[in-house]
Amino acid sequence: MPKELLSGNEAIARGAWEAGITFASAYPGTPSTEILENIIRYKDDIYSQWGANEKTALEEALGASFTGARAIVTMKHVGLNVAADPLFSASYIGATGALVIVSADDPGMHSSQNEQDNRHYAIAAKMPVLEPSDSQEAKDMVLEAVKISEAYDTPVMIRMTTRTSHSRSAVELGERQAPPVPEYKSDFAKRNLLPGNARRRHVAVEERLRKLALFSDAFPFNVLQKGKERVGVLASGVSYQYGREVFPDAWFLKLAMPYPFPVQLFQRFASLVDKIYVLEENDPIIETFARLNAPGKEIVGKDVFPLLGEMSQDAVRVSLGQKPADPGVEPGVPARPPSLCAGCPHTAFFYNLGILKVQSKGDIGCYTLGALRPLSAMDTCVDMGASITVQLGIEKALEKAGKATKQVAVIGDSTFFHSGITGLIDVIYNRGKSTVVILDNSITAMTGHQENPGSGRTLMGEEARKVDILKLVRDGLGIEHAYEIDGYDVKGIRELLKREMARPEPSVIVVRRPCVLLYRKARWSPAAVDKQKCTSCKTCLRLGCPAISTDSDGKSLINPSLCSGCGVCIQVCPYKAISYADETGLHISSMTLEQYAKGGGK
Amino acid sequence: MKTQSILICGVGGQGILTASDLLSDVLLQAGFQVKKSEVHGMSQRGGDVVSTVRFGEEVFSPLPAVGETDYILAFEKLEALRQARFLAPRGIVLVNDFVWKPLPVAAGFEAYPEDVVERLKQRAGELVVIPATDIATRLGNEKASNVVLIGLLASRMKIAKETWLDVLRRKVPARFLDLNLKAFEAGFGFQA
Repeated sequence: MPKELLSGNEAIARGAWEAGITFASAYPGTPSTEILENIIRYKDDIYSQWGANEKTALEEALGASFTGARAIVTMKHVGLNVAADPLFSASYIGATGALVIVSADDPGMHSSQNEQDNRHYAIAAKMPVLEPSDSQEAKDMVLEAVKISEAYDTPVMIRMTTRTSHSRSAVELGERQAPPVPEYKSDFAKRNLLPGNARRRHVAVEERLRKLALFSDAFPFNVLQKGKERVGVLASGVSYQYGREVFPDAWFLKLAMPYPFPVQLFQRFASLVDKIYVLEENDPIIETFARLNAPGKEIVGKDVFPLLGEMSQDAVRVSLGQKPADPGVEPGVPARPPSLCAGCPHTAFFYNLGILKVQSKGDIGCYTLGALRPLSAMDTCVDMGASITVQLGIEKALEKAGKATKQVAVIGDSTFFHSGITGLIDVIYNRGKSTVVILDNSITAMTGHQENPGSGRTLMGEEARKVDILKLVRDGLGIEHAYEIDGYDVKGIRELLKREMARPEPSVIVVRRPCVLLYRKARWSPAAVDKQKCTSCKTCLRLGCPAISTDSDGKSLINPSLCSGCGVCIQVCPYKAISYADETGLHISSMTLEQYAKGGGK
Repeated sequence: MKTQSILICGVGGQGILTASDLLSDVLLQAGFQVKKSEVHGMSQRGGDVVSTVRFGEEVFSPLPAVGETDYILAFEKLEALRQARFLAPRGIVLVNDFVWKPLPVAAGFEAYPEDVVERLKQRAGELVVIPATDIATRLGNEKASNVVLIGLLASRMKIAKETWLDVLRRKVPARFLDLNLKAFEAGFGFQA
């Protein structure tokens, strides 16, 4: 069989194809996004789609499973919070065609708002969870998950973490199994969770767990490896790999199925060693089972190894005192924080908030970077959709106390579709008065440009009806004061913001302009600074544009290879010291994406 | 053979992940077991990017350890210093002679250290500073600077040159192949 270097996420996609899966859905989220982006390679065999959020994606996969088709749904850890409601119901219902749920956890919070161990969800929802330790196992676990799901009538969770998702190792490629032929057969007693049915289903779920516990003892991917010393390492996920680096002579019990916990297998392992080290990312899950099932045995777990951040061979060695702690980055090395891109259509909006001294209530997306200096115009960021709801709560609490209440909430197009709409319904229903700004760049940008309901295209590249946000909020929700403005119109945004912030009624401002990276193939005429006119006032530097810096005289300097010619700095310069290097050149600000697509771009 | 580690660092958008993909393919073709790691997400927005490659007979962790990394290949000078603590004693540091000011520096909040090369020299068994971006620009496209750096790395590793060229021919799109082969040669034959 041929071998290929695949990331864990690519391996999951490959596994889905080999396992005869025909339905895949997801909402993008780091570190899970590339799974569906790779599944579209197999679009002749697998239908795939982006859901509006993780809940819709999971429910759609469950529906597919009802027909006997094999289905997979993928999300980041916090996405499963959104999908938790159908997760618990799906466990009671079981799986006709296999139902595989991939949760990619992010220990270390490389791109997340919390550290969360989603194995807890598998335990709470009473379903098995598989945890691969490299890309080969990531692929294998999809095939195993499909088998277990259909054999035991259960959804199966696969828990990835950032390092298993985003590291590459060799994977043996296999052939595709023939998928089952779907047919919808009604099954009222299983799928209609009226209390009478649900009570009977709960009995079946508990029985299923008992059988799965026995299965886990015999599961060939729960591997007991012989060692030379009477020291044992119990490990799951990528932590197994770190354990092999640190304990070359130990016995290992690698758990690819941490739950249900293989009690008998573990007890056999425990009898062969005097001391057990438990290595796992995030919370002490297998450690808790180990302590329960080997009372009196010396067990070293999260009492010594870190609960916070990613695991690594360094983390293990440092915890055991075998190595000094990581000294960290050398002194005097300035940080390189991420920033909005040169030409980002969100920049002018946040710059204006700064001028108006407004701290917006923010949300999850590229635009969260508007919280960082020099823009510094966002003081809350909670979870997907919380900008609108948090601001309504602030407004109502202040209103009750007789205080000034007007707030500004900021949310992106994809996040608005995900879970902002319901918050806006709360605003209109509960007589809110705040201004909601929807930064509409036509794409889910932060996770690397996935299509969304406003993009006009599906994941599989088909044309789709665009949801018109302005129409939706004005004509659909009945928000009378709803307006659209170009993201590059500095003055227009400011005037509109001022006007709407003064209005004692709810309003929506849709700041529209496609993500600048969608335009990137053209050679745009950059802006340039006239050194004679520049007074070093640093107004343009307040934009936080990566293309703008200062030269040795303190005058502003624009890097032409980074500048995309959006023209925002030209508008903000009080001394008219910035202009296009070539006034007759191609200017991004004067071209819509539609015009660009029709051949305006090069 | 002891597992070896290579750390590639720079700024989002410099072609770091493409470079580490090429490197991994070369090592795989040379018969090693290979593991590669990287972090996506916020780093795509102008932040620092790190990709690591480990290879040997049997490789476990995809991550290198602090003080145990054999090669650092830096696409930007400051980024070499940011990762310097990973370098093994007498490790090799190959640095693009290129400065990309972080935003806090460009905006005047912080200073870019003047002594990057001196500080790297103190740590490295061998330090090579190469104007890879200038070389690539002269060859026709600054984006090929990553392959110039890969060429330099190839000259310090014990893998047949033909293996590197073979992977380039297979992986680089036809219209960029000539440029990238020249970029590789320029890095491979670079004399400081």
